[in-house]
Amino acid sequence: MSAAEQALESGDAVPLSLRGPAPTRVVAGYGFWLFLLSDIIIFGALFAAFAVLCGETAGGPTAADLFDKKHVLIETACLLASSVTCGFGSLAVQSADKSSTYFWMAITFILGATFLILEVSEFSHMLSIGAGPSRSAFLSAFFTLVGTHGLHVTMGLCWLVVMLFQVATLGFQPMVSRRFFCFGLFWHALDIVWIGVFTIVYLGAHL
Amino acid sequence: MSTEIEAQGMAPGANVYTHGTRQSYLVGLGYAVILTLASFWASSSDLIYSPGVPILLAVLAIAQMGVHLVFFLHISSAPDQTNNILALAFGVFVVGLLVFGSMIIMAHLNHNMMPMDRLIQMQR
Repeated sequence: MSAAEQALESGDAVPLSLRGPAPTRVVAGYGFWLFLLSDIIIFGALFAAFAVLCGETAGGPTAADLFDKKHVLIETACLLASSVTCGFGSLAVQSADKSSTYFWMAITFILGATFLILEVSEFSHMLSIGAGPSRSAFLSAFFTLVGTHGLHVTMGLCWLVVMLFQVATLGFQPMVSRRFFCFGLFWHALDIVWIGVFTIVYLGAHL
Repeated sequence: MSTEIEAQGMAPGANVYTHGTRQSYLVGLGYAVILTLASFWASSSDLIYSPGVPILLAVLAIAQMGVHLVFFLHISSAPDQTNNILALAFGVFVVGLLVFGSMIIMAHLNHNMMPMDRLIQMQR
């Protein structure tokens, strides 16, 4: 924090036009932030589709019949805890501490995988009682929205494994810690999307 | 952080991402847990005037998104974050247009559509 403040204070003396290019970390972080925002716009479109279609059950099961609140609370807890352990992991990456990076990121992976297993078991249960995506417009919208989120979590887990291999082989080069920084942003953004999912899809079902 | 910037030979005033400490993550976790439990409680409680529950849920969700942005994604109003804030504001604007626009338009269409049984009668 003191380094950041120092840099900012000295930056005020230098005009913007003379400061030169921003460091790669800032540029990469900003570019990834723009990607995340466009990803959130995709989710916004899926949320809009779900909000429009959530009443169109075509005589099939409704949201209140299908969703179990306790199940969702456990899923939410997994994702929230994994967000915090991911934060601890990125602190470990900054201090170039290999063993605690492995420790926190392994916990992040386990919690993310637990979330995915819970979600897949929910989906397979719904499929087995004939509430698949082809049953009604409501269920199509549900599987698209929640499935896209689950797909993002899956991609995040793959990315995490790749990053752990990069730490093992390349060490904490600036390149690797930059990628880890972007992974952290991605993982936290997924958690933000999940807040929307559990509020609108699961809690909205019981109103 | 500072060593990396020095190693790259950056100009002074190069903006730096501020990172949280372990404590700030825990504070964020605390807020997030409280808000999550509150919204789960509010959705099933009889204590709250029931037409107000969706509004309460929306408020709790937006508050929790704010907590995540500040404590986990470290978005702040610091001068080096102006670009991030502007991009975020634009993203929120587009998402708002998309979601509320779709809902208003589809509600209008639903409202103006002939009831389905009469539509089927007309086709006979």
